[in-house]
Amino acid sequence: MVRYAKGAAAMTAALLLSTAAVAQEKRVVTWNADYDPIPLAAAEALIADFEAANPEIDVQLTNFDHEAYKNAIRNFLTADPPDLANWYAANRMRPFVEAGLFADISDVWANNGLNESLASSVLSSTIDGKQYAVPYTYYQWGIYYNRDAYKAAGVDLPGEGGVTWEQFLANCEKFKAAEIDCVTTGSSALWPVAGIFDYLSLRTNGYQFHSDLAAGKISWTSPETRAVFAEFAKLQPYVTANHAAIDWQDAAAIFVQNKAAHYVMGNFAVGVFKEGGMTNDNLGFMVFPEITAGVARAEEAPTDTIHLTSGAKNPDDAKAFLAYVASAEAQSKWNAAVGQLPTNKDATVDPADPFLTAGFQALSTATGGIAQFWDRDADAEYAKAGMEGFQQFLVQPDQLEAILERLEQTRLRLYPQ
Amino acid sequence: MAQAAQMASSAPDVRSGRRWNQRTVAPWLFLAPGLFMFTVYVLWPIVQSITLSFYDWNGLYNRDGEFTGTFVGLGNYAELMRDPAFDTSLWNNLKWLVLYLLALPIGLFIAIFLNQTVTGIRLYKSLFFFPFVISQVVVGLIFAWFYAPNFGLFYLLTEAITGKGTAILADPDLVTYGIIVAGLWPQIAYVMILYLTGLNNVAPDQIEAARLDGAKGWRMLWYVVLPQLRPATFIAVIVTVIGALRSFDLVSIMTTGGPFGSSRVLSYYMFEMALGEFGFRMGYGAAIAVVLFAIMMVFISGFIWKMWRDEKER
Repeated sequence: MVRYAKGAAAMTAALLLSTAAVAQEKRVVTWNADYDPIPLAAAEALIADFEAANPEIDVQLTNFDHEAYKNAIRNFLTADPPDLANWYAANRMRPFVEAGLFADISDVWANNGLNESLASSVLSSTIDGKQYAVPYTYYQWGIYYNRDAYKAAGVDLPGEGGVTWEQFLANCEKFKAAEIDCVTTGSSALWPVAGIFDYLSLRTNGYQFHSDLAAGKISWTSPETRAVFAEFAKLQPYVTANHAAIDWQDAAAIFVQNKAAHYVMGNFAVGVFKEGGMTNDNLGFMVFPEITAGVARAEEAPTDTIHLTSGAKNPDDAKAFLAYVASAEAQSKWNAAVGQLPTNKDATVDPADPFLTAGFQALSTATGGIAQFWDRDADAEYAKAGMEGFQQFLVQPDQLEAILERLEQTRLRLYPQ
Repeated sequence: MAQAAQMASSAPDVRSGRRWNQRTVAPWLFLAPGLFMFTVYVLWPIVQSITLSFYDWNGLYNRDGEFTGTFVGLGNYAELMRDPAFDTSLWNNLKWLVLYLLALPIGLFIAIFLNQTVTGIRLYKSLFFFPFVISQVVVGLIFAWFYAPNFGLFYLLTEAITGKGTAILADPDLVTYGIIVAGLWPQIAYVMILYLTGLNNVAPDQIEAARLDGAKGWRMLWYVVLPQLRPATFIAVIVTVIGALRSFDLVSIMTTGGPFGSSRVLSYYMFEMALGEFGFRMGYGAAIAVVLFAIMMVFISGFIWKMWRDEKER
């Protein structure tokens, strides 16, 4: 025990010495992140570029396992805060902002003109009029379709502008006749069903409704909410059976094997589809069809962000790095490497990738607004209750009244009127 | 002389005093390391959990390291009473408790079946014991694949028989039973090994005598063998009851509580609320833990009371 403690002390001393030695030459900015291998390589390239431009700064990235990070961040923000930490925009960052663990970086936004260049993400980065996040990437959601499944069922492929909702449901009937799942999903982790619900809600009632519902301002028994579930009920018979027991990757297998025609998913799934053998020739993307005519089209695009912590030891250089991350140049490069969309409107996307181009097109023309996603727009507990309701409805549509009643009770408890 | 008498009268006093000291201090000295560990790692956390259950806290300390929770009194418990998810978890725990006890008769049956001398019986015994040796996580994965829709063995079997596959883990009414079956597999093996060792100690002369008196089959088992297996049964009941109440790994691996929370048990719900991705309600999680602790205490005190009584009878 003692020997261990001595060893630990010696090691700490050695670490202190070594960082001190580095600090004589370079100023250190520490950054905790939760990247998978591809984004990690992209982040390292980003750091290399930044360090080349600012040779006196050394950015040290500590990478965590994605799942472990969710717990780790709660400890390291208080115990041993790095200068920068990865997290998510909107309600997901609220607990940390309210506990005073993320620092206000409105000055970074103001000094670098980010309010203009990151215009689409201002709302999701702002709490009480101050900015706490630098968004650097997002990805579109929409409907991915399998052209081979269309051929097998003898259904006409959707055109440039996608299809109408009536046409979509009519197609579903044909797919059903051909024993192909019209819409597949794997909801054992709950969130994939939230994607479907969000789109139905955005298309039926628009962005403001989605936002208010997630904020607990709208009753689950209101006619507007019922209208969403009415559309949900139309789709329900065509969704893969037993989706509640499978992961989204298992459903991707069903989709790749031509046993399903559509998958309502985020763009990150394209990599999985392609690993399964799909190519740009048989994989297609369309925006979710319009349901209520005249509702401004809103899209879902969850945003990943980097935050300055309140305990940062080197906030000035960290802010310089954040400004660099927000720049069009850095975002173009990072997102090209990862296959996602830059949030900076002056950034560019790879024109050879049809899904990125389509997504960039869809998001930049979404006049209704950009939603984060049900589980990021709503408070954690409320989000979970909602997603369980959506999943249950897809399994037991006859339980609608019980589901709405339970959700309404949850809402009244969490948001006392 | 008077002096000597005084010494003589005072000496035993001193000696008895010292003996009293030794007698009282020594056991405490021996107990001290254990008591220390027990206090720090068992009692103190219990006190902390109970305290925490009166707070609403998201698990975060602020920048200055101050606790950010607010005192809500019995608020968490009041909420538990109205929480349908808590109801589901409690019911599921009850199902676990009752059905898990099936491990006893089945384990006993296998133990009696294996309690014979045939070539290679040791191999058969180890094969039957095997499920208890592998990790619960592996058991969970095996059964998850067994039940998996579209390619799982069970799914294909039901599809072949009824024409329509049953995906146990997607069915809110069947899911808990599916997980309990997975849990029973290693539990039966455990109970079996307990009974096998118990059967070794069954007195052969009593069996002989019973046989002479014409006892066989069920009556032999019920009146002669089982009473002698009482110590094994006692241990088997304890491990099975506690195993059922703390069931967590299988739920977490096989369904993460789904579909829509229908397979939750108290321990998993506690984890979800306190440490899950959408949770971080430490106080509420602690309140669930306290309820689970209270339920376990009912059983544990029962066992302790029985052991105490048995000791005294001796």
